[in-house]
Amino acid sequence: MTGLKLTSAVMGAAIAAASLIATPATAQEKTDFRIAWSIYVGWMPWGYLSDSGIMDEWAEKYGITVEIVQFNDYIESINQYTAGAFDGVSATNMDTLSIPAGSGVDTTALIIGDYSNGNDAVIVKGDGTIADLAGKPVNLVELSVSHYLLARGLDTVGLTEMDLARVINTSDADMIAAFSTAEVEAVVTWNPLVSEITATYPEANIVFDSAQIPGEILDLMVVNTEVLDANPDFGRALVGAWYDVMAMMAAGDEDVLSALAEASGTDLAGYKAQLDATAMFYDPSDAVAQALSPDLPVTMTNVAEFLFEKDILGVAAPSADFIGIEYPDGTVTGDPANIRLRFNATFMQMAADGEL
Amino acid sequence: MRLINRKPGRPAALVLAALPFVVVAVAYAIGSEMRLAVNPQDRLLPAPATILDTAIRLFTEAERRSGRILLWHDTGASLFRLLSGVAIAAALSLVLGILIGLLPYIRRSLSDFVAVLSMIPPLALLPILFIIFGLGEMSKIVLIVIGTAPVMTRDMAQRVIEIPREQIIKAQTLGASSLVIALRVVLPQILPRLISNVRLSLGTAWLFLIAAEAVASEAGLGYRIFLVRRFLAMDIILTYVLWITCLAFLLDWLLRVLSRRAFRWAETGL
Repeated sequence: MTGLKLTSAVMGAAIAAASLIATPATAQEKTDFRIAWSIYVGWMPWGYLSDSGIMDEWAEKYGITVEIVQFNDYIESINQYTAGAFDGVSATNMDTLSIPAGSGVDTTALIIGDYSNGNDAVIVKGDGTIADLAGKPVNLVELSVSHYLLARGLDTVGLTEMDLARVINTSDADMIAAFSTAEVEAVVTWNPLVSEITATYPEANIVFDSAQIPGEILDLMVVNTEVLDANPDFGRALVGAWYDVMAMMAAGDEDVLSALAEASGTDLAGYKAQLDATAMFYDPSDAVAQALSPDLPVTMTNVAEFLFEKDILGVAAPSADFIGIEYPDGTVTGDPANIRLRFNATFMQMAADGEL
Repeated sequence: MRLINRKPGRPAALVLAALPFVVVAVAYAIGSEMRLAVNPQDRLLPAPATILDTAIRLFTEAERRSGRILLWHDTGASLFRLLSGVAIAAALSLVLGILIGLLPYIRRSLSDFVAVLSMIPPLALLPILFIIFGLGEMSKIVLIVIGTAPVMTRDMAQRVIEIPREQIIKAQTLGASSLVIALRVVLPQILPRLISNVRLSLGTAWLFLIAAEAVASEAGLGYRIFLVRRFLAMDIILTYVLWITCLAFLLDWLLRVLSRRAFRWAETGL
């Protein structure tokens, strides 16, 4: 084999391999879309939309198809969206800012589904308050919403993470087993783990939860901004289908709620208990109000500060506000030249006005 | 000439050995280039230069809060767990292997048990390990021991059984006791095998180490990888992966050297 032949063979193989890994999302008009979601009380309707055929009906109305894919691993679903394998994903405001927006993928918050109103909690063993965490180790999923909740909670009593003995990164899958071991004194986690822990261990005591920071932990459906701009029908179909199910849930449709409960591995009563700790925006106009709320820029600035302090925005990030965040009224926090996260109320407003 | 008899010359051999590495590196560079052209902030496939910058930073710069260089701190924590786990597993497998191979009573009672034990997927038992051994170092080391010791024990026992019966009989006619046979006939013959067993099980041990660190820890190579996955810092992850590969290769090489030096006579069998 001559050197030239060898080189071209190597290049051929390399290009073939490279093309397998390089598939960024494309911006042109298209008709087939894929969104990803993972199990969480406020996102269960996505699974129901897919199973019940409601998503297909709405997609058909706009002449497109939308495939809804469930992930077992929440972070992996966001990573896959960020890598370009999906057009949308269910995520919290914090993770949307840190992963896709932080990676330069211009992302639009299409639907504000709910905010955590007690679903995330700081739990200690025995009596005490959050101030008693000083000098103690805390187990949590580091850099997650739990970590943010802990920072906000400590803030209320004038403490910082430095005052804790240490934080120990603990997988959510093993949080319940971890709580039962002697060396674990406090955990921060989310539902259904919170209710599981408080039900299993009588000494479990919630000292701080997300109900004390309402509207800060938002559960969203985010989509790729370029894809949405080129295909507004994709947004219309998603929002239309979503609020169909919201109306059924608000009306207390037992069949729908039972299906959601079963899919999340609990019963109707258990799911209703989780919903009680979740402020669902059943009515699209409530979601629009949340998007327009003057508190939202304050929250997002707080979140960006937190992410920057923890180096989550990357060491290349010069400051907490290097990512621009745009709000429905056109105002921007952060760098206006680098807008990567947009809160868009247009589609939710259409649903509120019955224009879909 | 038949294909099986055609051998590459020395230069060709070097090129052939380098070829797969070059293909992977070039494929990566092209893929990274393609993605970065679309989105300059893409984190999935950072440019090779970015990885190099990150690597230099990780190896030399201390973290702001703790003042420690995290990569070395992580490496220390992980190597301690890995080496403790593998050392305990090796010692266990050596002792149990000799006992099972040499003593029929022990073989009857333990042989099948170890065989069954080696079939259990240890990761599925993690919650039980946590409750028994806590969330600290112990449960991570125990996971590595459970993951590697049974397979090593089975192999050691098999090697002992394979020692020619004539040697054992000859030693007995020379008046050796069971203990002397174990120490003077069996042990020297299976020690080289133990080293090669350790080399083979290091891969498995790394796997369990990373898995254990992903579950609950505050330092370690696996911990850092799973932590930064939360913000898709592939530059850090890839640096750590390359570093783990280097460490694993280095450990393997050290064991090979040790085995060559210590057991010169057994060289052909290794």
